[in-house]
Amino acid sequence: MVIIATPSGIDTPATAQTFGSPTHFTEQGGAAVYGSVCAACHMPDGRGAEGAGRYPSLAHNIRLQEPGYPIATIMWGQGAMPPFARTLSDQQIADVVGYVQTHFGNAYPQAPTPADVKTARLSKTDQTR
Amino acid sequence: MRRRDLLSLIGAAAGSSALLLAMTNLGHAQESDYAGPITLSGDPKGASVLILGAGLAGMVAALELRKAGYRVQVLEYNGRVGGRTWTIRGGDRFTELGGARQDCGFDQGLYLNPGPWRIPYHHRALLDYCKRLGVAMEPFIQVNANAYLHSKDAFGGQPQRYRTVQADFGGAVSEMLAKAVNADKLNALVSKEDTEVLLAALQDWGALDDSYAYKPGPYASERRGWRKPPGGGLSAEPIDSTPLRPADMLHSHLWRRLSAGLDYDYQTTLFQPVGGMDMIAKAFAREVGDLVRMNARVTTVAQDEGGVHVTWEDTASKTTQQSHADWCLCTIPLSVLSQIEMSVGAPMAAAIAAVPYSASVKIGLQFHRRFWETDEAIYGGISYTDLPINMIGYPATGYFGSGKGVLLGAYAFGTYAFELESLSPAERIGRALAFGAQIHPQYPAEFDNGMAVAWHRVPSNLGCYGQWTDAARSSHYRDLCAIDGRILLAGEHASYIPAWQEGAVLSSLDAITRLHERVMKS
Repeated sequence: MVIIATPSGIDTPATAQTFGSPTHFTEQGGAAVYGSVCAACHMPDGRGAEGAGRYPSLAHNIRLQEPGYPIATIMWGQGAMPPFARTLSDQQIADVVGYVQTHFGNAYPQAPTPADVKTARLSKTDQTR
Repeated sequence: MRRRDLLSLIGAAAGSSALLLAMTNLGHAQESDYAGPITLSGDPKGASVLILGAGLAGMVAALELRKAGYRVQVLEYNGRVGGRTWTIRGGDRFTELGGARQDCGFDQGLYLNPGPWRIPYHHRALLDYCKRLGVAMEPFIQVNANAYLHSKDAFGGQPQRYRTVQADFGGAVSEMLAKAVNADKLNALVSKEDTEVLLAALQDWGALDDSYAYKPGPYASERRGWRKPPGGGLSAEPIDSTPLRPADMLHSHLWRRLSAGLDYDYQTTLFQPVGGMDMIAKAFAREVGDLVRMNARVTTVAQDEGGVHVTWEDTASKTTQQSHADWCLCTIPLSVLSQIEMSVGAPMAAAIAAVPYSASVKIGLQFHRRFWETDEAIYGGISYTDLPINMIGYPATGYFGSGKGVLLGAYAFGTYAFELESLSPAERIGRALAFGAQIHPQYPAEFDNGMAVAWHRVPSNLGCYGQWTDAARSSHYRDLCAIDGRILLAGEHASYIPAWQEGAVLSSLDAITRLHERVMKS
């Protein structure tokens, strides 16, 4: 495990979290975005969790076959899932969709491009999110 | 000074003026619309109500409906009542979604309130229940002049005392405005007759000297503190302190947090229950605990002409159970409710699905001694920082204790909260220590143990509170609160006071009042 020595003298293990900005996420690459944002609910292993309600598992998930669904869900949220259109860039969303499409037992290699995400961003119809 | 800074400064000054104006009109200030204990008069003739959720909204309803003559049952997912009105103490175990388990190692009498931790004096409905149920209250300290304002990018990362930033901000703004007045720059805004009064006000508010300057001297020191404070005997003579340079103070952006204590929700006096926020839950449990069935996970909510039929799983015995009633008051958070099969019309269903739930993290840190008091003379209150921990909250109780103490080491929202939530509890605590040590260098030597609660990983809630947008509210709020057949909703999500306990209580009182009217008519 990599250990970062901080000025405080307290050692913290290296994680993907960058804590770069209060207004947007600064992690780069699908793995880092997934591990610092999505993992809060869908869990580091992508299997989700269940309590009074549940977080859907992304593992072996047929709904990730086409990028349109995960792009829209990440951008505008769904039910209790918050929207990330304002806090993730087109590049970050494209990267993280590509990541979940090719991890957790998924093998859907047609990763979206930032241009695909931009197109989806401009086609927003629901103004409440 | 850059134009952007000047505009920010003027904006902040205008806000303060608006506040002063509001304060002078205190008699007309808007209070909670709570008008005292509700009276549900008339005989409900044995009508029954099934309440889902034993948080504040559910327990208020249980108490009032039973008193009004209803047959009441309550189903609660957790093995405790209170919902987000929750306190963690030594010996408590908390297992979050994903399976990480934390066993709290706090000393006797020390605690973390992972949810609400402060109650404004004008949250009159909640405070009235606390009074009626005998919950002992003590002041919660919001503003502490001796706490810190901190930015990693300002003053070399050295925290500044709240008092000095407040004084220097007021001094700089007042001096600037006084100069503008004296140079006849404000003629269009201030009449000649008002000029004298304005100058006197600026001198008073900004601690300016007789030449309307904010500079080292007795006026400024009385406001921001001395380099050497006045004493007794031969060493008594004070030495004045030197204000921060106005440009440095402005560019630090530390003034942004000065408004925190000015907002209506945070104005003195605020309260906290003695011993922890869940003292309110315990008080309600004494009244209505006999009505609550715990460890009950609701799976479907159906209704027909005959009543409401709720299917739930007893999570202890893993058996499926059914409950029936004439009416149902559902206080389950929308994050969970939006996943429960429910026979309601399209408008309410759309409203239930319209509200995302916020990320938030609170971290309690136990230290071997109360160094913030002994070393730094900080007694209660909050230090604010632009680090991801957002703030450090000092306990507003147990002052001068010689044992250990528990700080609120992080109260994060937004992007930083997601980043903390996605870490393991131990990693969150490690981050809170590393960030907090930039403000309190005593952290590494004095740390004992901690508890980290990430609200998206709280199994009963799946999020901190309902994050309404104005657009979602205008499309869905009325549908969320309307009675759908035999079902209606309550909770902070069904209020205009999101995330606050008062919102849950007021929404519950409003809902049961409408429900009772309906029952009396039927």
